Amino acid sequence: MSTGPGLESLVNQTISIITNDGRIIVGTLRGFDQATNIILDESHERVYSTREGVQQLALGLYIIRGDNISVVGELDEELDLVNDLSKIKAHPLTPVIH
Amino acid sequence: MLFFSYFKELVGKEVTVELKNDLAIRGTLHSVDQYLNIKLENIKVVDEGKYPHMLSVRNCFIRGSVVRYVQLPPDGVDVDILHDATRREARGS
Repeated sequence: MSTGPGLESLVNQTISIITNDGRIIVGTLRGFDQATNIILDESHERVYSTREGVQQLALGLYIIRGDNISVVGELDEELDLVNDLSKIKAHPLTPVIH
Repeated sequence: MLFFSYFKELVGKEVTVELKNDLAIRGTLHSVDQYLNIKLENIKVVDEGKYPHMLSVRNCFIRGSVVRYVQLPPDGVDVDILHDATRREARGS
């Protein structure tokens, strides 16, 4: 029984999670399981809007339930420094419809 | 099992994954698992202007449950092998 692509390689890295309701939550991956439940440390939500730049809301230590997770992205620190979040304007992501 | 085996054959190819929240991500297929969770490398979001939310992300893990479509390269499909595998799978169940 192969376990395939785990999130093993991302533990203790900074990751960006897209949730099913369209939120972006950035933090340090501490743990995960087969259901993709995730433990996220030092997390903050990045709120995108069309009127002002990106807002960051501090959240702390979170457990995010796997069935609410769409994407787990490996945040490249260098790329993140290059992008000026205060200048980015966009519509918030649409929620997942099954 | 059939689709899991099929995706394993496609590792290394460029695919575009369209998600159920309408986001489409193009990237190189790195790996797949029994849930058809997909790991993509060197991603580029289709319509980056509309979706700047992943600008700082290079590699990502996509949960299988949230995939709507996986767009494949036309030469990545061996139709005969797929037909055989489908017949075997149908006979089995």
